Amino acid sequence: MSVDLSLLPDGGVGWLDASGEHADVVLSTRVRLARNVEGYAFTPRARDGERLRVLAQVREAAERLPGMRGAAWLRLDELATNDRRLLHERHLVSRELAGLETTHGVRTGAALGVGERAGVMVNEEDHLRLQALRSGFELQAAFESAMALDEALGARVPYAYHREFGFLTACPTNTGTGMRASVLIHLPGLVLTKEIQKVLGGLQQMGLTYRGLYGEGSEVVGNFFQISNQTTLGKTEEELLDHLGRMVRRVIDREEEARRVLLRDAGMVLEDKLWRAYGTLRYARSLSFDEAMNYLSGVRLAVGLKLIRDLSVYTLNKLLIFCQPAHLAHAEGARSLTESEANIARARYVRSLVGGGAGSAG
Amino acid sequence: MLCEHCKERDAVVNLTKIKDNAVTHQHLCERCAAEQGVETSVAQPKTSALTDFLQAVNQQAVAAPGDQAACHFCGATARDFRQSGRVGCARCYGAFERSLRELLRRLHNATRHTGRRYVPPAPELVESAGQVDQLRDRLQRAIEAEQFELAAELRDRLRAVGAQG
Repeated sequence: MSVDLSLLPDGGVGWLDASGEHADVVLSTRVRLARNVEGYAFTPRARDGERLRVLAQVREAAERLPGMRGAAWLRLDELATNDRRLLHERHLVSRELAGLETTHGVRTGAALGVGERAGVMVNEEDHLRLQALRSGFELQAAFESAMALDEALGARVPYAYHREFGFLTACPTNTGTGMRASVLIHLPGLVLTKEIQKVLGGLQQMGLTYRGLYGEGSEVVGNFFQISNQTTLGKTEEELLDHLGRMVRRVIDREEEARRVLLRDAGMVLEDKLWRAYGTLRYARSLSFDEAMNYLSGVRLAVGLKLIRDLSVYTLNKLLIFCQPAHLAHAEGARSLTESEANIARARYVRSLVGGGAGSAG
Repeated sequence: MLCEHCKERDAVVNLTKIKDNAVTHQHLCERCAAEQGVETSVAQPKTSALTDFLQAVNQQAVAAPGDQAACHFCGATARDFRQSGRVGCARCYGAFERSLRELLRRLHNATRHTGRRYVPPAPELVESAGQVDQLRDRLQRAIEAEQFELAAELRDRLRAVGAQG
């Protein structure tokens, strides 16, 4: 079975539309809640039959909820690897759910339900990972959407809950609220002024953690960082959210300050660097993924500084997603591309969007 | 593997000596290796509260005092929990309560949930989850894990609800 992404609301990329607050710096905001269904062993220990019954129970309950009526459901265990990779590149499922981890393949009963404002991963490390994704810096909106789905579903499906410990999860790092709120933020100014380590170190001392573009265990590419709460127990959801929000606002201020300093003290060097990035994206005939991410980071900075005015943040967001290997293969109608084929397809796609079609011939 | 010298800590140094054309291998913990004058540059795992905790409890040969040896619901043993750092099911939180409370304190600096309170739905609102299938799954898992006492108990319960084990 091949995945039909047109079935998803907005193709699952509504969060790219750059509509939220601080959208040129903050790409997206995500709130996820880890929940388990009472009466079954947690996913990693559950047998196939148990996972399938969890899925059946959750789907049946979800279909009666207003926010999930007409939701798109995808069974990950019925999809080919490249389709699962596509969903992961689109930030709709985790590596774990997509079975892309080296430790195990896709699990029987692994599924994704995408509703209007929030969705659910079923049979991830926990039975349920309710999630809401928003464009820009929108913690409150994402939180409310995830919470609304959680309350509605929890009224029909009994969750594993403990009087003292709160919501029970497979990994004790999620116990309590089960909430991980994260903000995907672009910090080229802090990287260029070499202040980034100091800022990230400060975040860790404040009980926050950071990861790369694809979440847990992923590397930092294109100067994107995912900042999220580290602890989940002992504080209310609002306290965790408020703390993260305040810290991220401070990071945004530091980033803006760094950009001002760069422009003031090294304006010409910076401008030259950013226009060269633009030139490369506009005319290159082959681009590796890392290369494309680095130049896109430069052009994103130039757009933020209003040096480049004919590119929208939305276009840049789209490029981030559609330049990835599984997306390129999907667009070319191929199952997979060799690295050099992908590099050529990537450069062609970038040229078609950067520079209004100029230089796209050939 | 335990250190061959102190027989207490995990061996992390594989010391190969060549003396009089004879090769000997010794497996030592870092401390004993240092005491023998061996310079080590052991790659330290990225320290986190979770790995620190798991290392600490792994030194214990048996279940922590106050913990059960295994969870009666999913059959996960204290060793499973210590090795994976993952909890097998909701009941494990009761079975390994002592260790878990200690771990939660290290991870979150707290053990008491203060966020959203949750009241489960009334049973008539819950879709019947198929009790017999559930017991069968648990029985199968207990047999695979060679937990025959638990398996016998589950078989009795299956008989009681009128199904063949």
